[in-house]
Amino acid sequence: MMRKENMVILKKSPIAQDTIEMVLENKYISNTAVPGQFLHLQLKGHMLRRPISISQVDEHAETVTILFKVVGSGTKELASYPIGNSIDVLGPSGNGFPLEPKANSTILIIGGGIGVPPLYYLARKLKEQQVNIVSVLGFQTKESVFYEEKFAELGRTIIVTNDGSYGRKGFVTNVLDDVSSIDCYYSCGPLPMLQAITAQMAGKHGYISLEERMGCGVGACFACVIPTDDCGGYKKICKDGPVFPAQEVQLV
Amino acid sequence: MSLAIELPGLSLKNPIMPASGCFGFGREYSQFYDLNKLGAIVMKAATMEPRFGNPTPRVAETAAGMLNAIGLQNPGVSSIIENEVPFLASFSTPIIANIAGSTLEEYVEVAKAFNEAGDVTALELNISCPNVKEGGIQFGTDPKMAAKVTERVKKASNLPVYVKLSPNVSDIGTMAKAVELAGADGLSMINTLTGMQMHLSAKRPLLANKTGGLSGPAIKPVAIRMIYEVKKQVNIPIIGMGGVVNAEDALEFLLAGASAVAVGTANFQNPYVCIEIIEQLPKTLAAYGFNSVNDAIGKGICS
Repeated sequence: MMRKENMVILKKSPIAQDTIEMVLENKYISNTAVPGQFLHLQLKGHMLRRPISISQVDEHAETVTILFKVVGSGTKELASYPIGNSIDVLGPSGNGFPLEPKANSTILIIGGGIGVPPLYYLARKLKEQQVNIVSVLGFQTKESVFYEEKFAELGRTIIVTNDGSYGRKGFVTNVLDDVSSIDCYYSCGPLPMLQAITAQMAGKHGYISLEERMGCGVGACFACVIPTDDCGGYKKICKDGPVFPAQEVQLV
Repeated sequence: MSLAIELPGLSLKNPIMPASGCFGFGREYSQFYDLNKLGAIVMKAATMEPRFGNPTPRVAETAAGMLNAIGLQNPGVSSIIENEVPFLASFSTPIIANIAGSTLEEYVEVAKAFNEAGDVTALELNISCPNVKEGGIQFGTDPKMAAKVTERVKKASNLPVYVKLSPNVSDIGTMAKAVELAGADGLSMINTLTGMQMHLSAKRPLLANKTGGLSGPAIKPVAIRMIYEVKKQVNIPIIGMGGVVNAEDALEFLLAGASAVAVGTANFQNPYVCIEIIEQLPKTLAAYGFNSVNDAIGKGICS
């Protein structure tokens, strides 16, 4: 269950172009968070909290790691916080990825850019369950690549860059045909990528994690809804998601 | 110190309530605290049929506030009565139903439905939503239309009616007097101010709906000024709202003439904000020399 907690910044390091990895300490959240959930962070001078996905959890050290790209005034503010600073956080928020794959099954991880982080925590958990993991990670360019070694430790990992400056050239969807039979796929990334993947993987069992501008982050304000059909059905990304079975939502 | 306040058809144990649209139907915030502590609960707007609302993005942050264009998304009045009201009725807190519509008839039907269902204590007549294409705001900008919808809703139900006024008018006093004359039991003000934000890289408005309603601390001075003006012109009580984040803000609204205070956008930042204000209010009232909420109402109005 989500709580309002204070998290202390233990570590902060640039990990790729405009991308920061931050380690936050909090007993409750580190002991309850599951892969795919997010933190809703309050930042000084900002009316709305910022949702940032959890990329790793260390229950023993009582830490939660987040990765974020500095793109606007909120992430700029967060990046400016020094080690030792305390952040007001709602979390762990939302529903994560189901950890249903059985031992020896094979799953495919497809991440794009800043959508990659929540998939790392997922991959680690599934590895503990003896699941075979194949990862396809797409980035804009060489300077934006991160976590290649970490994913490689967990299984076969293919890196793709849009401009071909590192790994294979193109989009993640260009290399999905190279991946042999899988039991399930998990994906997080920009909307056009998710649209392409769910179309290409139609018929395959899969889960996608979505993002949207959020208001309350608890399910009360109806800012971050996604349609489920053409008849007015919907889900709330912050409360029902951010992870959904790929066929459950309409990516419009 | 007594925080209790009596309004037409509403006995409030304290003057603080969440504002409509910022609290859903209470379930989410009930995981943070006991809803019995609130003065009242104002539900998200209800229409006759379910509404999906606008495309996303529906919210944008602004300096000291936010824009929203949800578009009155709700499951429809029957579903609200069946699935949401019973949950809220399990608390000893008055329930205020916010009702919206595209036509006069729709307002009347929704009001009738809540009236017949029981458990709802009062109606908040939403004639001021800036985010729907038809109805809503038209009723909120024309005093004749506003009076007409108020009169019809009053006739259709036995519940007290609080008319929620739009700030997007040139003369809010005329609107207030028109609905008072039409039988409104009270006023609720202000709704959001229409605004827009440009997305620089997309070179188009950020909100899918293009325009949205501005809320948060940015609009508080507008709310205070309008309540102050209206209080001098009407004899019905005002539920004040617009950018309240702490007990000092709530006192400011009381001084300007509000008899109760609703908290909206601040809930998103701090889910505990309503009960923190309720806990702090006695100290704040005492610090400025007041012995009760009643004591402070309208005390800031200069002759």
